[in-house]
Amino acid sequence: MFRDAVLVAGKDLRIEARSRVATNQVLPFAFLVLILFAFALDADRGQLATVAAGLFWVTVLFSGLLAVQRSFALEAGDDARDALRLSGLDGAGIFLGKAGAVAAQLLVLEVLLAAGVVVLYDVDLRGTAFLALICVLATAGIAAAGTVYGAVAAGLRVRETLLPLLFLPVLAPVLLAAARASEAVLGTTSTTMADAWPWVRLLGVFSTIYVAFGVVAFGPLLEEA
Amino acid sequence: MSTIGSRALGWSAAVGLALTAWMALVASPADVLQGDAVRLMYVHVPTAWLAMYLSFGVTTLASVLYLWKRTRRQFWDLVAGSSAEIGVVFIGLTLITGSIWGRPTWGVWWTWDARLTSTAVLFVLYLGYLAIRRVPAEPHVRARRSAIVALAAFVDVPIVHMAVDWWRTLHQEASVLDQRRLGDPQITGVMLFTLLLAVLAFTLLYFWLLVHRYRLARVEEEAEAARLEQALAERRAEGADTAPAAGGAAPEPDVEMTTS
Repeated sequence: MFRDAVLVAGKDLRIEARSRVATNQVLPFAFLVLILFAFALDADRGQLATVAAGLFWVTVLFSGLLAVQRSFALEAGDDARDALRLSGLDGAGIFLGKAGAVAAQLLVLEVLLAAGVVVLYDVDLRGTAFLALICVLATAGIAAAGTVYGAVAAGLRVRETLLPLLFLPVLAPVLLAAARASEAVLGTTSTTMADAWPWVRLLGVFSTIYVAFGVVAFGPLLEEA
Repeated sequence: MSTIGSRALGWSAAVGLALTAWMALVASPADVLQGDAVRLMYVHVPTAWLAMYLSFGVTTLASVLYLWKRTRRQFWDLVAGSSAEIGVVFIGLTLITGSIWGRPTWGVWWTWDARLTSTAVLFVLYLGYLAIRRVPAEPHVRARRSAIVALAAFVDVPIVHMAVDWWRTLHQEASVLDQRRLGDPQITGVMLFTLLLAVLAFTLLYFWLLVHRYRLARVEEEAEAARLEQALAERRAEGADTAPAAGGAAPEPDVEMTTS
């Protein structure tokens, strides 16, 4: 299973490295959203800093949506999905591989985006290790749930419009938990590190559940589509 | 398409609802603090119960039974879809009645309280489920896909609940089924009776709606299959007419059944 996962993740990441869609389109999109928020909320710096944690995670969520769409668009052409199905790779392995590739891209994006937030919204990071933990757990959840729904929507004519409707509500608790926990790191509200721990645990629970769900459900999902 | 059973169910639901309306509007007293606004509770609480526990519970159960190979029958898929549709309508009603009640009582139409927020998320989650059901596909493909989406949504429900519960809570605590106060509910007498009657009436209504929505779903499936057969037959006939002239290639049937 893990060997299959590494193979699939390697394939997806290699395609990304060569096509540069993530770096040339998704990343600029994320920065664009940061800038748009600044326009929407006035360039009043104090206000932007207060809501920086929430804006950061909304941006990550939207970028995650694009990353998941892209991850399944890779296999849309040349019947690559059928090839993947026929490859004899384990369903759970394919799931872990695709989710892992999405997570890896999102983590890179989050590092750059965090730098962008620090520069553009004028906030200080007060615990980089803690923020890294939040990012890893939240990203695992986003990638796992996203990959499950990406597989559901892949191949449908309405996938572009259907995926957000399925993907975003499920991730509502991730957005809530990650935003609240990150507030403690940014120190922009009264949230303290002690308040943040339950949220981090919630992120852990969410990610574990959806990774387990994907491992079980991905095989049958891939079979039918 | 009605049987004695479903007709009896329908009539008892109608009688129950009429009795509820009378109890709620005439027989029960106004609340000391909330005034007449409390009467909305006799609709709000049962719709919430019907949508969140009955409907989505049945959808989840039916989805599990569909996914489990030994009980896999199209029946469970159609039940899951029918139940979810009823649930989404009633969760919408719950949000609307809650909003109408909130305006005089809390002074706002909407507030970002834990239960309101989780209910709203639940509403959108199951809208997504209904959307995936609407995507045309082979019946068994659609059934499996929808069942998996239903379960993915269901495992999210407790997490959403926990998350928004920590976030903030303004809504009242459970009045009837609070564990700490079980046997000593916070509402009593006529009001409690009216509420329980309303819950019973709405439960009957749910099962009546479910029976009919299921039958409708069944008929829809049959009509779909019949239309496909008919379209195939027509194309074949066209093919037979034009075959000598057009070289024999009958066009594909113009029915959108599969998407992948």
